[in-house]
Amino acid sequence: MGATIAAKTDKKATWSGGGEKPFGASYGKMMMWFFIVSDALTFSGFLAAYGLTRFKFIDSWPIADEVFTHFPFLHGVHAPMYYVALMTFILIFSSVTMVLAVDAGHQMKKKKVAWYMLFTIIGGIIFLGSQAWEWKNFIKGSYGAVQTKDGKILQFVKDDGHGAMHQIALTDFVVGEKGDRVAHTRKNGLWFESGETLSTYSLNQVVNSYSHDASVQIRIEKIDPATKQKIILSREEGSAYLLKAKQVVEGADLQVNEYGNPIFADFFFFITGFHGFHVFTGVLINIIIFFNVIIGTYERRGHYEMVEKVGLYWHFVDLVWVFVFTFFYLV
Amino acid sequence: MAHAHESNTGRIWKVFGILSLITIVEVGFGIVKPASLHLTSFLGTSPLNWIFIILTLAKAYGITWAFMHMEGEKKWFRRSVVWTAVFLISYLVTLLLIEGDYLYSTLAPLVKW
Repeated sequence: MGATIAAKTDKKATWSGGGEKPFGASYGKMMMWFFIVSDALTFSGFLAAYGLTRFKFIDSWPIADEVFTHFPFLHGVHAPMYYVALMTFILIFSSVTMVLAVDAGHQMKKKKVAWYMLFTIIGGIIFLGSQAWEWKNFIKGSYGAVQTKDGKILQFVKDDGHGAMHQIALTDFVVGEKGDRVAHTRKNGLWFESGETLSTYSLNQVVNSYSHDASVQIRIEKIDPATKQKIILSREEGSAYLLKAKQVVEGADLQVNEYGNPIFADFFFFITGFHGFHVFTGVLINIIIFFNVIIGTYERRGHYEMVEKVGLYWHFVDLVWVFVFTFFYLV
Repeated sequence: MAHAHESNTGRIWKVFGILSLITIVEVGFGIVKPASLHLTSFLGTSPLNWIFIILTLAKAYGITWAFMHMEGEKKWFRRSVVWTAVFLISYLVTLLLIEGDYLYSTLAPLVKW
């Protein structure tokens, strides 16, 4: 019942993988399941590698609550986790509409199948948009930090007046104007050559502002095992760390990461990117099947098993997200 | 298919409710992080992490059994998929996490803070 054959027959036959049906499952469905097993192993490989790296840097790994703190339209509000929780709901909900489409297919209700498929596609597109937004925030960064010559990240914190230390952005305490240097891009200066991205403030401005503002302290990557919080240095220790400062870091890419270890950013981009790619292909396949439903392909075929098969893939994508959510944002 | 014409909508919404509830509990724990669960250790990690992992596996079970309709497949087909995946993944994760811990114990003393 899977792929249509190209060979000409007088009947409109579809190849069903032979007459034998091991395990009582159709050829297409069984192959979709075995593909899912292999894809699950791929994702496990990535997540296990993430686990290995995290264990390797267990005493200095970034704390997710301090990395993902944005929520749309709530600027400057510290909202850890709410946004990914929302994304999880969106994906689970699109899984529900998918399974409702399969259910309607069993009852041969073409219109219902089409509507539920459409909702599923919309859910998938919203999820992709959310992921793009999450990436944008991560790449742009929210606070800015200083990187030392041995690659450590120094973040800046300040007492909020109630005895709790909160991270502050460079713009909150650095005095001075942005320098008059112009970034060297491919189309100015030497053509097709580009220089490094310029940070908002120069390293000197940051270091000077730190030494003049006694309320600012430095937080290092190292985690205090007793409180599971990043260690905050005294003013003097902070000055000693700043002597080794190399550059100002804003946001994250594959080389530097203002939130901590660059490999955290690498895994974040790779694993959520690979998952996002699965969602993207899932949306594409869903769209194809959606149009097939509308033109009545499955009505003529007599069953909606194809919807069931793409449904399996779509649920698998949801399944992977459940694990990514746990291991990137919760644990 | 034996289940060809009956509708399962009621059950689908029920499973959705359970999955949502689990997610809300997870997020609640993730935001509050009760010290008694977060700062203590149990079998190599904090009890809070174990709660997250168990709830995640519960969600995975719900998605696979109800949404992917694994419960309706033949027993040995189910096992050929689930046992294979569970065995290989546990094996891989165990080895890699042990190795990660070893890397930490060897390399961390060399890092000067």
